[in-house]
Amino acid sequence: MAGTDQDSTPDQPDPLLSGPAECGKHHHDADSAELRVIGKAWRKIDARSRATGQTKYADDLSLPRMLHMKLLRSTVAHANIKSIDTSKAEAMDGVIAVSTGAELPHTFGILPVSQDEHALCPDKVRFIGDPVAAVAAVDEETAWEACRKIEVEYEKLDPVTSVFEAANSPENRIHDYGRGGNLHRQENLEFGDLKAGFDEADHVREDMFFFEGNTHLPMEEHATLAFSDPDGKLCVMSSTQTPHYLHKALAKVLQDHLPAHKIRVIACPNGGGFGGKSDPFNHEIAAAWLSMKTGRPVKVCLTREEVFYTHRGRHPVLMKSKMAVSKTGRIKSLDFESHLDGGSYGSYGTASTFYTGALQCVTYPVENYHFRGARWFTNKAPCGPKRGHGTPQPRFALECQLDKVAVDLGINPATLRKNNLTEAFSLTANWMRIGSMGLGECIDKVVEGSGFMEKWGNLPEGKGIGLACSSYLSGAGLPIYWNAMPHSGVQLKLDRSGLVTVFCGSTDIGQGSNSILAYIVAEVFGLEPQDLRVVTSDTDLTPVDLGSYSSRVTVMTGNAALQAAERARDAMVGPIAKKLEIPKNQVTFAGGRVFDSANPETGMSFADAVAIAEAKLGTIGTTGSYRPPRAAARYKGGGVGPSPSYSYTAVVVEVDVDPETGIYTVDKLWCAHDVGRALNPALVIGQVEGGLYMGLGEAMMEEMAYRGNRFGVHKIPSMLEYKQPTSMDMPEIVTYLVEDPDPNGPFGAKEAGQGPLNPVMPGVANAVYDAVGVRVDEVPVTPEKVFDAMQKKAKGKDGRYGPTKLPNIEWPDSRKVRTPWQGGTGYDIEREEQMKKEKEAAAASSNQEGNA
Amino acid sequence: MPVSKVFGAFVVNGERHEVAYPPHHTLLEVLREECDLTGTKHGCELGECGACTVRIDGKPVLSCLVLAQEVEGSDHRIDTIEGLQNGPDLHPLQDFFAELGASQCGYCSAGFLMSASELLEQNANPTRQEIKEALAGNICRCTGYIKIFEAVELAAARLRGEDAEPTKEMLHGRD
Repeated sequence: MAGTDQDSTPDQPDPLLSGPAECGKHHHDADSAELRVIGKAWRKIDARSRATGQTKYADDLSLPRMLHMKLLRSTVAHANIKSIDTSKAEAMDGVIAVSTGAELPHTFGILPVSQDEHALCPDKVRFIGDPVAAVAAVDEETAWEACRKIEVEYEKLDPVTSVFEAANSPENRIHDYGRGGNLHRQENLEFGDLKAGFDEADHVREDMFFFEGNTHLPMEEHATLAFSDPDGKLCVMSSTQTPHYLHKALAKVLQDHLPAHKIRVIACPNGGGFGGKSDPFNHEIAAAWLSMKTGRPVKVCLTREEVFYTHRGRHPVLMKSKMAVSKTGRIKSLDFESHLDGGSYGSYGTASTFYTGALQCVTYPVENYHFRGARWFTNKAPCGPKRGHGTPQPRFALECQLDKVAVDLGINPATLRKNNLTEAFSLTANWMRIGSMGLGECIDKVVEGSGFMEKWGNLPEGKGIGLACSSYLSGAGLPIYWNAMPHSGVQLKLDRSGLVTVFCGSTDIGQGSNSILAYIVAEVFGLEPQDLRVVTSDTDLTPVDLGSYSSRVTVMTGNAALQAAERARDAMVGPIAKKLEIPKNQVTFAGGRVFDSANPETGMSFADAVAIAEAKLGTIGTTGSYRPPRAAARYKGGGVGPSPSYSYTAVVVEVDVDPETGIYTVDKLWCAHDVGRALNPALVIGQVEGGLYMGLGEAMMEEMAYRGNRFGVHKIPSMLEYKQPTSMDMPEIVTYLVEDPDPNGPFGAKEAGQGPLNPVMPGVANAVYDAVGVRVDEVPVTPEKVFDAMQKKAKGKDGRYGPTKLPNIEWPDSRKVRTPWQGGTGYDIEREEQMKKEKEAAAASSNQEGNA
Repeated sequence: MPVSKVFGAFVVNGERHEVAYPPHHTLLEVLREECDLTGTKHGCELGECGACTVRIDGKPVLSCLVLAQEVEGSDHRIDTIEGLQNGPDLHPLQDFFAELGASQCGYCSAGFLMSASELLEQNANPTRQEIKEALAGNICRCTGYIKIFEAVELAAARLRGEDAEPTKEMLHGRD
């Protein structure tokens, strides 16, 4: 699982045998001129279905005798459940079954270390919206009415609504696990010699930042349809990004009733996810259970208000960053502290905590680095992973602070960054292994396109321009639960009709992951993507892919698909060469044909080639699988952050601020993204523009706000009140794709889905500073905050809006790790010494044996 | 108490649908649950997101805010996404939505397409600003709207009889 020691990771099997592919080394440098499918702007294979209303999302499904499920949710933020009386609901005409938490005693949760959720709360509620009972009825109205007739008696506890309250009231515990009180996680990692870095520095500054929480707001509300197959097996069709993890959670919670192999999960096409559908959810498990209990199909579709309670969105994070730099802006030491407001459950929070410290060193070299992170439980909707997962908050802090450092040192912010880039194929202070690194070219593109060098500091009052950069991982290096199996598997079936069917457990959430499989396999066989059939996200039919999260899908399913396709192609070559009486290396697959490269007219259709191979070899099917390379980070806590590769992004933002009111608009946005290689540039641009849009929403307006003075009631659980950018708010966008192929990516590809969001928020804040000379060290950068900072500046005070304190807590001793340039091994020092002693003891005992 | 239903007929995409439906249900619910036309989506049921946009007598309307009873009978013409294409041929809007990736998850697409189809019938050559205004009631969380604007502009050009092809920058980015 994320965040555990990897000491026991076994060695990789030989990839030449049947083991997982480690990388597409021999493909990353393929000349794009040789490629027929990769790099072209194909339509998505399901583009027509999505533009005609024919795609079936979960709530579009219905079955005969189907029941409708509704959940009764807690109306109080923190309470013990004294009693639940469902008798009046059960007596209602049209109500078929009612369930409460006592029926589903086993806990679940996405991470093995935080199995803290119940499908229905048995004895305690932890936020307004926590489900306590479920009703299955013949129609939705009856189910709602029955929920209203369930009587719950609560023993109210004080609600905890902020990290400060959480720190100050350890006796009022929300959970009975964690690091004591309401502290869920606490981490303290130190790389290198922090003090030396501060001593050598020419300039030191300390800043505090706050990033408010926000939510995914996918257009599709979560929905689930559960039913039993005629043979008694449970089938759950759901709007989930992670069918494999949902399968595991169902198997755990329903363990007293049926084994894992009798559970089938099908992820329907997601109507947007952004991380909000990557936890297994209580409504999914409750619907499954009620379908078993009633013997009828059961469907649930959440209301928009319930989607806000389901959440798992961006953590609010309070941060302090102390940065020591040389006069050229090289970071000598970085001391970073984060406090995450986790809400009421663990979710991905352990990983989120590490992510607030994982990627600070992959863009600019940090010589010595100290990270302290704490995650607190509060009585609010649970936070989790949203696009960028735990990294946009520290990225906001880092990029804003660098902008301040540039001003302090009198260096242009673009120059400062360009002069301090990490090197390709290098290790960072915290042992992240960087692959290809195109950030320099990204900065050049946006700086040149926007005229940043001329404009920065020189625009008229109210007009401003800001720059920020970022990096994101192309897939988590470790699976969520520890195991040595592949992260992604692909099976191919070749039919004598010429049809190639690709089976993969991955889930298309709109990003085009189904199409990526088709492009890669089509490239290998010389076919067109539309000629293939792609079957995905069905735990009965498709090999495991861990899910659509951590920007892992293109790299991992892509490598697995490439391996499967090459195995099938290589198997076909022998029989074809024999048939054509040519050497094997002249057998070429292109244009829907298989032919002799020396005499292209000598050959056959692809379908005939499959038939010849099938006659010789039997039914043709292959598998491919992928597991990321072993991480360099071996210290405890180094499981979060390593990735097969990192994408890089630079943005320039131009704003127009009204100096009277603080009201501002973003007028234009330039973005360059290093995607390694764009397997389909149109899809990459879609991800870039979508990420920029979502980043603008976070930068300017989006926030999950609660009424602290009203016991944790969500202020705005509707799409009207939760402000998000509309068509009217979108500025002009200029996108540049930078292609610096990475050896670990299929054809060199890296991620595009999450990275481009990350630099937008600091880009906006830095542009506002350039426009009116004030710092808003807080996201969202609202006009009120800009106005407040301008008022302070006008009165001669510090022209800043932002936090001024963090919870004051005790930290455990840091785990010290030597950096690569200190001669470290990737293990922490304590472990290094232990290993040294073990080695010495072993040597001593073998000496003794030798003497004896 | 299970809801009771009434009988009614609706003219949807030129076809008469005779259905039994709960009299308090919205047009959105009747289209999806009784007529089995699930191409029309819902994102809020409160008139906030635009996903349920259909056209009633030509005008784009949020079907979650219309009582089905109000539009029953042969006096009203209801058009949904299922009726936008001409047989197997996509409407130019659908064609460019597919071409540019203006549908990512596709959940909002039906609403956008119904709003945009009305715009192009009213205004053969809309400016970018007019497109933004016509689509301001439709929320999309995937695309950042840019590809939607471009698809509407290209569809408008094709409907005017002009050659309409995506530029290199739309599909490959700026050099």
